[in-house]
Amino acid sequence: MNENGNGKKGGDSCRKEGRNESWNEIWNEIRVLMRQDAEYPERLLKIPGPPKKLYVLGRVPSERILTVALIGARDCSEYGKYVASGLGAALGRRGIQVVSGMARGIDGISQEAALNAGGSSFGVLGCGVDICYPAGNRRIYDKLRLGGGLLSEYPPGTPPLPGHFPPRNRIVSGLADVVVVVEAREKSGTLITVDMALEQGREVYVVPGRMTDPLSAGCNRLLKLGAGLILSEEEFLEELIQIGKRQGLQAGNTNGGNTSIESTKNLPPELAAVYHALDVTPGSVEEITARLPKEYREEPVNIHLVRLCLENLALQVSPGQFCLRGGESGR
Amino acid sequence: MYCTVISGALLGVSAYLVSVEVDIAQGLPGFSMVGSLGGEVKESRERVMVALKNVGLALPPKRITVNLSPADIRKEGSAFDLPIAVGMLEAMGYFRPGAAEGILFLGELGLDGEIKKVRGVLPIVREAAARGIRQCIVPAANAREGAVIPGIRVRGAGHIRELLQFLEAKEEAERERLLPAEQVDAAELSALESDENIPDFSQVSGQETAKRAAEIAAAGFHNLLMAGPPGAGKSMIARRIPGIMPCLTPEESLEVTSVYSVAGLLEEGTALVRTRPFQSPHHTISMAALVGGSASPRPGMISLAHRGVLFLDELPEFQRVALDALRQPLEEHKIQVCRAWGNVTYPSDFMLVCAMNPCPCGFYPDRGRCRCTDPQIRRYMGKVSGPILDRIDLCVELQPVDIAGLKKARRAESSREIRERVQKARERQRERFAGTRCRFNADIEGTNIEKYCPLGGEEQELMERLYHSLQLSARAYHRILKVARTIADLEGTERIGTEHLLEASFYRPSAEYWGL
Repeated sequence: MNENGNGKKGGDSCRKEGRNESWNEIWNEIRVLMRQDAEYPERLLKIPGPPKKLYVLGRVPSERILTVALIGARDCSEYGKYVASGLGAALGRRGIQVVSGMARGIDGISQEAALNAGGSSFGVLGCGVDICYPAGNRRIYDKLRLGGGLLSEYPPGTPPLPGHFPPRNRIVSGLADVVVVVEAREKSGTLITVDMALEQGREVYVVPGRMTDPLSAGCNRLLKLGAGLILSEEEFLEELIQIGKRQGLQAGNTNGGNTSIESTKNLPPELAAVYHALDVTPGSVEEITARLPKEYREEPVNIHLVRLCLENLALQVSPGQFCLRGGESGR
Repeated sequence: MYCTVISGALLGVSAYLVSVEVDIAQGLPGFSMVGSLGGEVKESRERVMVALKNVGLALPPKRITVNLSPADIRKEGSAFDLPIAVGMLEAMGYFRPGAAEGILFLGELGLDGEIKKVRGVLPIVREAAARGIRQCIVPAANAREGAVIPGIRVRGAGHIRELLQFLEAKEEAERERLLPAEQVDAAELSALESDENIPDFSQVSGQETAKRAAEIAAAGFHNLLMAGPPGAGKSMIARRIPGIMPCLTPEESLEVTSVYSVAGLLEEGTALVRTRPFQSPHHTISMAALVGGSASPRPGMISLAHRGVLFLDELPEFQRVALDALRQPLEEHKIQVCRAWGNVTYPSDFMLVCAMNPCPCGFYPDRGRCRCTDPQIRRYMGKVSGPILDRIDLCVELQPVDIAGLKKARRAESSREIRERVQKARERQRERFAGTRCRFNADIEGTNIEKYCPLGGEEQELMERLYHSLQLSARAYHRILKVARTIADLEGTERIGTEHLLEASFYRPSAEYWGL
């Protein structure tokens, strides 16, 4: 189902920009789905204004498996990264499909976490599927191609123009059964996706944040408006499975557990104490020391923190700040 | 009548002797000067003529020729006024021939005959002493500086008339009475204690991590980078680093004084610089001002920071060419300035301390306040070139200190207490590196790293894990070992333990933050 006439032109411009070395290879893999095609996602047919054509690199989300859109801010906080990678990994482990926009920040992190956990994930792009935008997400792009798919309503070679992204968001929410907002400012592009999700009748879940945190202001606002609240990964997964059952969808496989909690059991007490003083918000050594129980205050905390980084339990965000390392994602 | 007077000129921080030859002969009246003269030296003609006239020593209507030999090296500076005047006075017969023999003269003349201070007295006097000259006469303001050199009598003269009296005197005792040789007490030189005016670490409350990093950096002469939001105290800590470094040794003090003397920055009446230099140039500094050079050779900021600290605040704002010019001096501890007129070498053995904000707005990774995008942050960090970061061993981040923390803070350690520990670590290094080119742990080269930083089995294993999980480069790996060596030295142990390695890797400047 190659549509060569339309694509060649775009392909040339793409080659000129030098975005793709293995362009030929990718070019041959791109398929185009029309609305009448059997493979065209049924979920999209039910939304207002379904795309006429859908260009696909890789697979399309399975109709029978529960699908969740994980979306959020591009310039997210460490808290957002932690939650996104945790949720992505949890969904991936459960075999629940993750859809997002492959953007910097929450989108890419949650998708990569889902893929790393063995799940499948799908990226809906605001440009041609042969273009990796943002270029920094090349690694995720390649993983998505193999462990899921890349979808776009724009023909290959279309550059990522600002006007392409809001319409793209309707496909993100359209492909999902449930939309989860991890972090969003009061005025955020993410909220466009939420509007569309509501229009399409999708369930919206939100990760709560602190009252004072501008990056969670949009999320908290949604909560006030009655969005679903995510309090823990496990609880959310339970609710998801209920939703899946109601809609007659599989929630993938059911094996899955939390590894990071188990691995702290073998830690010596002082390391465990430092681990528990860590937060998802990055903190300096002084701040972390102040959170420790009194008997550990004299410990060389910076040394313990480097040890925790070695154990993959902590992350050195900047030369002096540490936070918990989330899920199975690596930054 | 012909006569010769000895003088000297600068070449970098070293000097060479110049003989000033004056000839007064019959012919059309005139005054000409030859010998590859720079602008200031040519002007000396007018200064000398007017000064002599104003003290009542009229020039004869004869043909006067002055030559500065060696005639093929370009002469700069105003220090030739005095030797030229002395030569002319001798040629005119104002004092007996030979009275100025074996004496080196340096000084600038005012139009009223006053002898004014000049730059570079110390290196010139040192060269003169090495060449067997036993006496020199310099401006009174520079006398103490020259008197530091042993084996040469340095007399300070304030006015040309004083000098003439001295030269007219026949008896040595009479001469000594007229212009006594300047004395600098040896005890005064060795007592290098004057930390009252230096900022002290006891004034910094909190910021223990940064203080510890400063201590390690001072102990091993490691270059240090501090990141943090505005107002966290980066400059405050940097200013206090010279105070925790060991006092200048007499030789070091002489080197530093030479550079300051050449730059003309020595305060009047100072014999030696006793405090470690601290230079903090503004980020608009040009490359020539930073490393030295320009049309006439002058030492740059890096040489003025010799044996001390060069502090570059707002590192990413510096011109890239200026920063990249630091690469060779950081490696070789000297800078060779090559220009069309020749080459000069200045010493530049400094500790580089840099400070920067973590992002353009200064608040990253506090996403509540920082709205810089990732590419913006990466671009900002990317302004600091990789080769410079490669030469930085320690990196530390400072957090803003809140008022509550300031109030309840415990009494902070004074610079003196920290300096004692640093001193001990330095002594261990001196013993270790005796007879080698290395002086400090920061100088250890890749080829010697196993010799100086041997690791036990457990430590080796830890380093392998660090190497893989922190994705270290070979250079970063070596840096951790060098810093761990210093931490072990501070603790007073020869064996590098796991704790030392972990602490060293805590302070590693990681490429991740710079998007490299």
